[in-house]
Amino acid sequence: MNKSKKQLLAGPYLIWIIGFILLPLLMIVYYAFTESDGSFTLENITAITSHANFSALLLSLELGVLCTVICLVLAYPLAMILNGMQIKNQSFVVFIFMLPMWMNFMLRLMAWKQLLAKNGVLNVFLSTLGLPNLSIMNTTMAVVLGMVYDFLPFMILPIYNSMGRIRKDWIEAAKDLGANNITIFIKIILPLTLSGVISGIVMVFVPSLTSFAISQILGGGKVLLIGNVIEQDFIHGSQWHAGSGLSIVLMIFVLISMALTGLFGKDEEGGTALW
Amino acid sequence: MKKAHFNGLKRKTNEKGSYKKMKKNLIEFIDISKSYNGSLVLDEFNLYVRENEFVTLLGPSGCGKTTTLRLLGGFEKPDSGKILFDSKDITNLPANERKLNTVFQKYSLFPHMTIAENIAFGLKISKKSKAYIDDKIKYALKLVNLEGFENRSVDSLSGGQQQRIAIARAIVNEPKVLLLDEPLGALDLKLRQNMQYELMRLKEELGITFVYVTHDQEEALTMSDTIVVMNQGYIQQIGTPEDIYNEPKNAFVADFIGHSNILDGIMIEDRLVEILGVKMPCVDEGFGQNCPVDVVIRPEDVKLVEPGEGQMEGDITSIIFKGVHYEYDVMANGYEWLVHTTKYVPVNTHVGINVTPFNIQIMHKPESSDEEVVEIDE
Repeated sequence: MNKSKKQLLAGPYLIWIIGFILLPLLMIVYYAFTESDGSFTLENITAITSHANFSALLLSLELGVLCTVICLVLAYPLAMILNGMQIKNQSFVVFIFMLPMWMNFMLRLMAWKQLLAKNGVLNVFLSTLGLPNLSIMNTTMAVVLGMVYDFLPFMILPIYNSMGRIRKDWIEAAKDLGANNITIFIKIILPLTLSGVISGIVMVFVPSLTSFAISQILGGGKVLLIGNVIEQDFIHGSQWHAGSGLSIVLMIFVLISMALTGLFGKDEEGGTALW
Repeated sequence: MKKAHFNGLKRKTNEKGSYKKMKKNLIEFIDISKSYNGSLVLDEFNLYVRENEFVTLLGPSGCGKTTTLRLLGGFEKPDSGKILFDSKDITNLPANERKLNTVFQKYSLFPHMTIAENIAFGLKISKKSKAYIDDKIKYALKLVNLEGFENRSVDSLSGGQQQRIAIARAIVNEPKVLLLDEPLGALDLKLRQNMQYELMRLKEELGITFVYVTHDQEEALTMSDTIVVMNQGYIQQIGTPEDIYNEPKNAFVADFIGHSNILDGIMIEDRLVEILGVKMPCVDEGFGQNCPVDVVIRPEDVKLVEPGEGQMEGDITSIIFKGVHYEYDVMANGYEWLVHTTKYVPVNTHVGINVTPFNIQIMHKPESSDEEVVEIDE
């Protein structure tokens, strides 16, 4: 097969990109900078400065950072333990951790709702033990819990992968040259897993920043994230122009966060490419 | 039985270099045993290494040589026994507190650091000043002939260059002992020979003790002051390269050090051995009468002569040109003799074989199954 014929094979994907990524993106840009009569405006963009929109964006950033930090704190030691396990079928254990990802996202959220509800499984269990009930449903706490639950595997996997590439003889060489365990961690393990950490951060922070389903289901409409504002504009208010404007703003924040993390290291896990 | 065997392996005192004043023992392995998953790798292993000595642990894979080195480096703990370093017990001292450095088989340079950072790693940990570290890096790179490589990445170096950096990274810490685990195994022949000379030069210049692990007998013969031939967790022989080559203690050593003709023989009486039905004069004594023995004859010691003039006769079955000499297979008295000679004789020629008494090595048969000769495929 010659080169031009080979390039034809990319055709279906090219059509897909144009039809489902490029065109919608252009449409969003068009809507963002126009009014309903088609005249140019910046109002849809500047709408972010309104009190309601701005506090929603701030809350999104806040919860996104919180969720990312919690995921990192949970995932790093876990990846280390997984990697250090002296068992034959390590990949099976990793598979177990990844298993929930294969279940439908909404289904899992509904399950959490049942667990956390006022008369839900958790509280029934606490009551039978004679313990005070928890009412975290419809709070930011429930939203963060849902986010961490959903996005944790995206933090574990790249860190675990980068850890698996650290050769045992590098650790031994460091030890041989006089390094104790703390020095080995700081000078060898941490720098060599940095690319995995950065991928994990991007893969968790970006979807948590833009999520709206989690806050809707576990926040019960009381936790308003920027994603929820945009969703309301599109679905309930039919305000495509306002929604597009906020989408552009959010996109800029996503790009800024990715550029920031990109500064700290080369991305080798393909994390950014995924989102 | 085993104890007695080890006592029989005490080193001779007239070692090469004994004209220098007697050096003290720097490292001592005392009754070290080690097993992995139930299989014994080292069994009551005893060895000492003198200061400024180049000791090579030589043997086939699985003989316990790498385990010995890892025990010394502190990466493994023995099941029993002690390791002394400078007369102090270091058996339970962690690797990072031992005053020795290792050059690993796979180089093991840190991939996220430059060459200079790799070399500086140990010095930074021991909190040396920046000026001192910079000096040392320069000095070490010069020593391994890689000046100006400070800011190169590990990836951009060839295998040989990486190995030299690994050596530089180890020696800047001025260890008392340098451990080398088959460091030249991955290099091609020419580079390997160059590195051998460089290592010998380093030893002379730095005056440190080398413990070198290899399965390459040529490498061992070239570089070592003392060779320790090991097999299946036991020391087979300790000696200078000359001792090991010229007077192998048993058939295993003879077979492992160079290609040899190893035959079953019967010691008829002092200075007379029967091989393949032929009585041949030799120089060994003290085996008693009609004692079964192993006989080792080096291929370069077998002379091809006219038929009728030799001790036995046979036909040349194959001939390979090896550069310096020809390698012949000669079928005589039911044994295929390996012969090295510079003389050319065509295939299928009927020839005589002669061996001078001095070149016939007589050895006791292995005492126990542990020491039986194993096939080495090379």
